[in-house]
Amino acid sequence: MQRELRFQREADPEWARQVSERPGCEELYSCLQCGACSGTCPLSIYMDFTPRRIVALVREGFRQDALSSRTIWLCASCYSCAVHCPRQIHITDLMYSLKREAMQTHLYPARLPIPVLAQEFHKMVGRRGRSSEFWLVLRMALRTNPLVLLGMVRTGWDLLRTGRLSLRRERIRDIRSLYPATPREVA
Amino acid sequence: MSGVYGYFPGCSLKGTGVAYEESLLALFRALHLELAELEDWNCCGATSYMSIDERDAFSLSARNLTMTQKAGHRDLVAPCSACYLALRKTQDYLERYPKIAGGNGALTSIRAVRVRHPLEVLYADVGVERIKKAIMRHWHGGRVACYYGCQMVRPYSEVDRDCDPVRMDELLGAAGIPTVDYSLKTKCCGGSLTGTTHDVGVRLVYILLKEAARKGAEAIVTVCPLCQYNLDAYQHEIRRSSGERLDMPVLYFTQVLGWALGAEIESLGLARAISGRKRIRQWFQPAEKEAYV
Repeated sequence: MQRELRFQREADPEWARQVSERPGCEELYSCLQCGACSGTCPLSIYMDFTPRRIVALVREGFRQDALSSRTIWLCASCYSCAVHCPRQIHITDLMYSLKREAMQTHLYPARLPIPVLAQEFHKMVGRRGRSSEFWLVLRMALRTNPLVLLGMVRTGWDLLRTGRLSLRRERIRDIRSLYPATPREVA
Repeated sequence: MSGVYGYFPGCSLKGTGVAYEESLLALFRALHLELAELEDWNCCGATSYMSIDERDAFSLSARNLTMTQKAGHRDLVAPCSACYLALRKTQDYLERYPKIAGGNGALTSIRAVRVRHPLEVLYADVGVERIKKAIMRHWHGGRVACYYGCQMVRPYSEVDRDCDPVRMDELLGAAGIPTVDYSLKTKCCGGSLTGTTHDVGVRLVYILLKEAARKGAEAIVTVCPLCQYNLDAYQHEIRRSSGERLDMPVLYFTQVLGWALGAEIESLGLARAISGRKRIRQWFQPAEKEAYV
């Protein structure tokens, strides 16, 4: 892992202020840096920045570092940090909002399958109203590394023989009522 | 007590979690509670949708909640923890943050619908005492670890306490099923990480399984289709990489309670388990003469 020195002049405090206006992030500036979030996070040891460090980076306005981190994508939304935070910072919501911004600005780590899964899931549910697990995993694998499908053969077989692998492509009838707040063309 | 509950199955219960749906319906039948599946329900958006578009994510659950209200249901039962949280969080956030709903007011907060998890329905509407009285079969299996996972209890601790939930232990205890003190009961299973960053996901699952075994549990009982899938489907891989002799049944709480309350064994989806199949057959096989209480 690579660490770079950062200077205050590279930071964008205005961006930090905008983030602190997003739902759940209102208490951003009251963070104590106590590390309760990182301590309780089951994934912090696999992250490039622990959740505490992400909060510190965001608060100072180091936008690029926060948005291009793997951390925000590894967050599995278990809300352990959110309930343990003594300042009631909804860190899970902060992670979600960083994921959305990383997606819009294309700053997410290339070749990481997690954002690809999110994109494919969004596409599938947006078009059909429901997700179909088998097709979702297939599309993600084809877009990232098709070789991983080989490693899934055993699990796929286990699911098939126990009747848990549905090949049906589910869809709802009234797809047009899915997004009343943001009208759009539905493919 | 009887009543009709609106029922939101979610995508998993029609796929990898089909045993959850089967056993949930069997359990509710045994308790004379009716579940009415919501017409034309759509996906809850889970966690992935929120990573792309906030308003779209809340629109998904708003549609389901609106349809529940139109169907005249006061309660909406969502057995999957991710579905439960998506619905519950939508209610809360649309009310707290009007700006999410957008200008045209198309998204309105539906507070009249109560979003419920079946565990909480059993605990609050049926109750431990009634479960105790309704027991039809004596448990002859081993001790189990109750695993609650994350999103059912966090951040809204309405189903149970957020870090030390006990209601599943109490319900199983009432049914005569011994449970162990499982300290990782709300530690995250990794969700979809087993499919994306596989090694990380499987590592989380390994820790959960190993700790349950260390506490003397012979099976894990879950409340969520994704937890069940993760803990159940990768044990062969863990056996290979760690050399552990691990073959632990991973059941739904609806399967063990349904069995104890006398539901037909074939209706509980027990044959859909991947790991610990031998132990499941031993524990749940019909005895020569069924030992009714």
